[in-house]
Amino acid sequence: MDSSFGQIVQEVSNWAIPVIFVLILGYGAIRKVKVYEVFVEGAKEGFNVAIRIIPYLVAILVAIGIFRGSGAMDWIIAGLTPILKPLGVPPEVLPMAIIKPLSGSGALGVMSEGLKTYGPDSLIGNTLSTMMGSTETTFYVLAVYFGSVAVRRTRHAVLACLLGDLAGLTMAIFVCNLMFG
Amino acid sequence: MMNWIFLGLVILGVLAAAVNGKMDTLTKSTFDAAKSAVELAIGLIGIMALWLGMMRVAEEAGLVKALARLVKPIMTRLFPDVPADHPAMGSMLSNIAANLLGLGNSATALGLKAMQDLQSLNEAKETATNAMIIFMAINATAITVIPATVIGLRSSAGSANPTSIIGTTLISCITASIVAVTSAKILEKLKPYRREKSRG
Repeated sequence: MDSSFGQIVQEVSNWAIPVIFVLILGYGAIRKVKVYEVFVEGAKEGFNVAIRIIPYLVAILVAIGIFRGSGAMDWIIAGLTPILKPLGVPPEVLPMAIIKPLSGSGALGVMSEGLKTYGPDSLIGNTLSTMMGSTETTFYVLAVYFGSVAVRRTRHAVLACLLGDLAGLTMAIFVCNLMFG
Repeated sequence: MMNWIFLGLVILGVLAAAVNGKMDTLTKSTFDAAKSAVELAIGLIGIMALWLGMMRVAEEAGLVKALARLVKPIMTRLFPDVPADHPAMGSMLSNIAANLLGLGNSATALGLKAMQDLQSLNEAKETATNAMIIFMAINATAITVIPATVIGLRSSAGSANPTSIIGTTLISCITASIVAVTSAKILEKLKPYRREKSRG
């Protein structure tokens, strides 16, 4: 890696959180907030929020676990390849497109494997890397966020987020073809 | 939709495992997944408490409101149902900022704080509000300026140019966010997804 750039990035993320803490507490003290008492009062809710997520997370992670462990993904890839290949989508990146919204650790595995097999600087390697960073693990985010406030009826949230994922992943394949192809 | 996805993943998974002869490992991976869900949630308690404490101090000091005022024109357009000076605006903004900086778990904690604030405006507590869904659309497609994990992995895989994907990642992220937010804005008006007027 370009080491000076890498170091700057590393330094910024090392400093960000401690500096934010000092800013918040310092400014609070100036504004005569009883920082310790108020902090503890706010922190009290942390436990409940985290515990409230559990049932939502169990449901979605178990479903995803069954799906991943079953080999069903190979079926979907086999079904999609003949449709997508003529459109310029390399079949090697399909596992990433399917796993990315479902599982962060799964996507990480697909990416490391792909970088090893095809090389990080190949078209496939660059495309996998871009796809990896282009969206979040949608189902995890949805389960955690809605779970934390016990919202069960999510309306169009899943659809809107998946459309976003689809657009982001498609764009990743497209720009990588342009830039690295 | 969550019902269909939950059902679909389980049924398709069990069918595929039966055909592929993977039944032996399926039960174990199911229980492992349930266990790791609890571990993930428990692991959030500390960082959640930390940020909720910090945010309470920031709120009492007036910092959250000041932050929200900075980008009021954008926020009120994205979240028309949320009053411009509501704490939710400040906490959503801190979450978005933390995501841009790539602060992973802290971003999640701040995002959950924002969900609590949005829930205080919700009259039908079990149903998502429009503002929540827009906020989810932003989070599920979070824009990352520096994809640090990916760069690290590329570096250790021996890449000659690990940062080459910053530009392509940014373009893809922005596309995803724009499409997700726009879809949410359009879908919220369609009949199957609309909320009854009286419930906001």
